[in-house]
Amino acid sequence: MSLERVKTGAAAGDQDNYLRRVHPAGWHNPTPRAQYDLVIVGAGPAGLAAAEAAVRLGLSIALVERACIGGNSLNLGSVPLKVLVRSGNLLAGMRDAVRYGVAHTGTAQADLGAVMLRMRRIRSRIAEVQSVERLRACGIDVFFGEARFAGKNRLQCGTQQLKFRKALVATGARPKATTIPGFERIGYLTSATIFDGDALPGRLAIVGGGPLGCELAQTLARLGSQVTIVQNEPKFLPLEERDAAEILSRSLARDGVVTRLNTTVVGVRECGGRRWLDTVSNGAKNSIAADAIFLGIGRTPNVEELGLEAALVDYAAHEGIKVDEHLRTTNPHIYAAGDVCLRHKFTNVAQASARLAVANAFAAKRRRQPHWLIPRCTHCDPQIAHIGMHVRQARQRAIAVHSFTIMMQDVDGAIIDGTDVGFVKIHVRAGSDEILGATVVATRASDMINELSVIMHGNIGMRRLADILHSYPAQSDAIRLAAVAWRALHGSAVPPAPVRRAAKAAAAART
Amino acid sequence: MPDAAAMPDDVTILDDAAMIERLQRGAFAYFTSYANPENGLIADTSRVDSPCSIAVVGFALSCYVVAVRRGWLSREDAALRTLKAVDFFWRSANSDRADATGYKGFYYHFLDMHSGRRVWQCELSLIDTALLLAGMLCAACFFDADSEPEAQIRRLVHDLYRRADWRWAQNDSGTLAQGWKPEGGFLHYGWEGYNEATILYVLGGGSPTHALPPSSFAAWTITYQWENLLGRNILYSGPLFTHLFSHAWLDFRGIRDEFMREAASDYFENTRSAIAIQREYAARNPRGFAGYGADLWGVTAGDGPGPDEMQSSGRDRRCFGYMSRGVPYGPDDGTIAPWVMAATLPFDADSALRGTRSLLARYPQVLRDDQFTSGFNPSLTEQATGWLSEGCYGLDQGLLVMMIENQRTGLIWQLMRGCAPIRRGLRRSGFAGGWLDDVA
Repeated sequence: MSLERVKTGAAAGDQDNYLRRVHPAGWHNPTPRAQYDLVIVGAGPAGLAAAEAAVRLGLSIALVERACIGGNSLNLGSVPLKVLVRSGNLLAGMRDAVRYGVAHTGTAQADLGAVMLRMRRIRSRIAEVQSVERLRACGIDVFFGEARFAGKNRLQCGTQQLKFRKALVATGARPKATTIPGFERIGYLTSATIFDGDALPGRLAIVGGGPLGCELAQTLARLGSQVTIVQNEPKFLPLEERDAAEILSRSLARDGVVTRLNTTVVGVRECGGRRWLDTVSNGAKNSIAADAIFLGIGRTPNVEELGLEAALVDYAAHEGIKVDEHLRTTNPHIYAAGDVCLRHKFTNVAQASARLAVANAFAAKRRRQPHWLIPRCTHCDPQIAHIGMHVRQARQRAIAVHSFTIMMQDVDGAIIDGTDVGFVKIHVRAGSDEILGATVVATRASDMINELSVIMHGNIGMRRLADILHSYPAQSDAIRLAAVAWRALHGSAVPPAPVRRAAKAAAAART
Repeated sequence: MPDAAAMPDDVTILDDAAMIERLQRGAFAYFTSYANPENGLIADTSRVDSPCSIAVVGFALSCYVVAVRRGWLSREDAALRTLKAVDFFWRSANSDRADATGYKGFYYHFLDMHSGRRVWQCELSLIDTALLLAGMLCAACFFDADSEPEAQIRRLVHDLYRRADWRWAQNDSGTLAQGWKPEGGFLHYGWEGYNEATILYVLGGGSPTHALPPSSFAAWTITYQWENLLGRNILYSGPLFTHLFSHAWLDFRGIRDEFMREAASDYFENTRSAIAIQREYAARNPRGFAGYGADLWGVTAGDGPGPDEMQSSGRDRRCFGYMSRGVPYGPDDGTIAPWVMAATLPFDADSALRGTRSLLARYPQVLRDDQFTSGFNPSLTEQATGWLSEGCYGLDQGLLVMMIENQRTGLIWQLMRGCAPIRRGLRRSGFAGGWLDDVA
């Protein structure tokens, strides 16, 4: 299919469908009930997960959203960016195709307009399952508009007042602003605005080397921008370990991203029709020319303009809404979930916390927030994923750790795919086979970390893991191989693995 | 000069002892060839207009000791060379001025060979100062005679060591800063994971005047990872030199800090593991580089081709120029350091000899005038010889001289075992056992 056909063939309806699903034009809010069991403020991943849980409990629900159903994740964040990442990866693969004995005529190149069309189509498709229509069909009253608490048990939405037994604040977070001189005046892109245009910036300067900055830097560089990424710290992805961050640094450089570590942005100015980012690194001043500047320095909770004071809900500008271990705010009838109150701002945590908040709001017995075992992944190439403890965190708690590493270059599945950069590192409590955490750097680390999530949630230790069959060849076989390395070290005199229930059931089924 | 028959071009026809002696002496020649006799400074590399690297001076001071023992320098000559250098540093400008030689008892990484002042707006370097001071302390231990030059060496080294203000270099944090610049203050890249800096913390801990608290070494080692990698247990660090620099002076056999006690290993054994991993990686050779094998390995920091892509055997390769290479995590562009296998002699003599012999038999071009070039990349076939680094680096040559001597006689290790600051610093950093428990 030609690029032109992709464009013309992309139904102009994609965008219409999308809007119809996430925020229909000419929407009329329903007439509120006298009182709702649950009013949810914010229809992002947390709000939607809460609504789903509340539907199961048979509650009367009002869901209030000021912008689009799906929140940042669907509309501005994870989903759109990952669609671009896919195009960037494909392009890089095509440029590399000759290594696989595959030739293609002409030069592989990206058309950002077409990429954006695909992004909108995908966004629309994903929006369908959580569309306004479906929410309404579940009996949820959906209100669009700015919401403000007008009292301890009342929410004002436009001219309407929603009374509630319980409320859940799930307003999420937004890109953090900066006080660096010049930014507000000259203007900059954030994850909230980067997907507006169809043109690739010629020269893009990215401020912030966290997951978002790194994903965007690599992807836009692959798609054709000249990207410089400026990071205030000694490494990218400060939350991840050295060996992972160093691989990422090299992969960014490989794709033509100019990387500036240990570099602080001190100002932005316009001069000679260009934008200049002024930086300082180890006392040395420098300036970076750019057509566009992207700011990705973290997220700040959406707590303003919500009338939280009127509802007696305590909050702080940076930390967000204060919640207790049950996700209850200082108003016993109001709970919070997701980015607006949690330090770990991830879609999966937002959803899990929302389900817990709803359960706690209505159950006789409240459950505490667990120490979330959070698999997370940065979608660079290779992807960088982590779950559980880092070695440093364990050592700070005086836990001795032995890490078992398998390099992807030693995994048949990765060798065959030609995607053999990276590693699987499983952190094990010394003197036992208990898995404390794991880091995966691999092309599909986002999937592999989920296997480790299941393993850890299932309390499967290295001893059992070594015996769990994996399909062959597969990149995820690296996880088993790490356990095999553990077993090799701990001798052949391992006690037999306990008979698993699944195996018993399978044996019973055969007889 | 020995006669030509005793000095064949091909060193590999010599027996092990003779070959090693040749290589050691060839490496030592660097320090007499690239020295400024006026101030004792030694050039960083053999290239024209190379500035002095203070770390190379530290290696030189240790190598003079070796040369006396080997009969390549007279004791008087070596003492005078040493005295020139320590006297230079003692008298050098030590202030916060941008063109000084040092500040707070530390020194700039690179100095002008003649004026001895800072060049390139480089940083006041903690690790390089530590290597310099280690060399000075080694000389002070060796030159124990009553003669005036030797007594003066000991006095000056004593004062130079006392002058370094390690507490200042902590910049109010747990670990040490990596460096400082008059233009922007402290550089702090964060300490994450093991590297060559053990000797830095040991010297800081042993200071009689500004000793680092034991918590400082602990604040670094908390970031260590005990890892099982390619079937070996290791405290990993990629570049091979990081497993050798502190070890050139410190005999880690049998002494352990808290981390190694917990891991039931020691830093000597750990270097053996690093060697095994280098060999295993080279045997597996995942990137298909030319030459690599169980007997041809040695990925470390050093000169390299690049940064542009260079054509190699029909494949595009990305090369990195001067950088810190490491395996198995990378980066690895097919460049090995030809000298580094021989520098592992005291840890695994068999592997070191086999590797060095196989390298020299296959690629004799890596040795020029009995000196190893810094980097070599046989995968790059633009030139028939593969890519070869221009000239030699003082760090490589110094490490090689010292390590060969540690293998032959243990001279440096023995001297440093008797060095009070080293013993104090090791104990303060939590090391115990072995020779450290013997009464000095």
